[in-house]
Amino acid sequence: MEHYIMNLTLKVWKQKNPASNGKFETYQVKNISSEMSLLEMFDVLNEQLISEGNDPIAFDHDCREGICGACSMYVNGRPHGPWHGTTTCQLHMRAFKDGDTIVVEPWRANAFPVIKDLVVDRTAFDRIIQAGGYISVNTGNAVDGNTIPIEKEKADKAFAAAACIGCGACVAACKNSSALLFVAAKVSHLALLPQGDPERRTRVLSMVAQMDKEGFGSCTFTQACEAVCPKEISVTNISRLNAEYIAGGLGSDKDYGHQ
Amino acid sequence: MKWTEFFTSSVGKKLVMALTGLFLISFLVVHVGLNSCIFNDLEWFDPNDNGRMFNKAAHFMGSSVVIRIMEIGLFVGILIHAIQAYVLYVQNTSKRKIGYKVKMGTKGSTWYSKSMTLLGTLLLLFLIMHISHFWVPSRVTGTLDPVQYGDTHTHDLFARMVAVFQNPWIVALYVAGCISLGWHLLHGFQATFRTLGVSNKKYLVMANSAGLIFSILVPVLFALMPISIYLGWIG
Repeated sequence: MEHYIMNLTLKVWKQKNPASNGKFETYQVKNISSEMSLLEMFDVLNEQLISEGNDPIAFDHDCREGICGACSMYVNGRPHGPWHGTTTCQLHMRAFKDGDTIVVEPWRANAFPVIKDLVVDRTAFDRIIQAGGYISVNTGNAVDGNTIPIEKEKADKAFAAAACIGCGACVAACKNSSALLFVAAKVSHLALLPQGDPERRTRVLSMVAQMDKEGFGSCTFTQACEAVCPKEISVTNISRLNAEYIAGGLGSDKDYGHQ
Repeated sequence: MKWTEFFTSSVGKKLVMALTGLFLISFLVVHVGLNSCIFNDLEWFDPNDNGRMFNKAAHFMGSSVVIRIMEIGLFVGILIHAIQAYVLYVQNTSKRKIGYKVKMGTKGSTWYSKSMTLLGTLLLLFLIMHISHFWVPSRVTGTLDPVQYGDTHTHDLFARMVAVFQNPWIVALYVAGCISLGWHLLHGFQATFRTLGVSNKKYLVMANSAGLIFSILVPVLFALMPISIYLGWIG
């Protein structure tokens, strides 16, 4: 694609701290290259803001190669912007035209409170993982990876689920602010593998209980989550989570402390 | 996990929606099948039927204790499905206190999957009208004309249908109810199976296809009843 330069209008959510009321600020950015990523465009804007003595725009980012799940912008009415299967950091400015207005908002969900500007607190996801999104391993030498045979079909499905980077786009897109695609990806990833099998029944119940405590909504299968997921996690994982929940819930006597 | 916990978690509440939804779908099969007996009055079949087949079928439905108990179950099912839906609607919409400036709209999802509460509310309003038209005079007030077929004494529900569907506005409301039902089923049918844990793609294809056929066939058959009567094909 041919390289071009553009001038853009940005409307960005600015919020000083979690307690304050935020509002949209309008910025003009000039001479933006179509080869830049959206985050690089924000870098240019922030340099400009700093040199003018203004407060730069806070946003989350880390690897900038689409694998860490840190970036979290809701761009023009869609988590991670207009490109399918792409994180914000991999969204390039060739997605826009000269003169465009880009509206950038933080993820919106009570369970993801805004810390500052476009940065939201996603530690709710960490606590869901802590509730059961792991396998318990005794100490000792690491087991050789190929000791336990795993059928190819299951390995592929587990791998596809494990591709979830926990960015929270599913929550941001869901009309119910449900985190079920995220939780389903983690539950499926482990339930499909022999290593995750011994704890699969308790895992799903603990993770769902924690998800409910964090204040996420329930799933209505609108499938908006799958449409915006940068890792294209399938909603069939949610069906699998439901099956795991039914089997676990019917079989278990333990109290999971649902609210 | 206690039963209360099992059915009240965010996943459990959806299980309640799915199970009651499936029960209501099974009722629709019985209802549309039985009511289709009125089509026996068409020119093609038996123009002298005058609702005999339908009235006898309706009499059977009213005379069996098992079915009368099922009827109570049906009302309970509708109430649970509706109340749970409103509870979920209020809870789910409260999970995002500050909304977006630019809405996602129907990017990546269908409008009807996002409008199940609205479609369900239309259906609930329709049901109130529908029950007052037929179930109340048939089962509660007993104001229908008597009719006799051989040894069977029953009431002429068919005549009631013919009388009700002479009003074009009522016919229009019934057709609107059927359209709401079609969209509601188009999402609800397949989502039920997903909620009940069907993740195998080949079964999901079956659920999707069966759902599509069911959501067209059942509402079209229902809608044809008031339309056929209004146009004088039946009655």
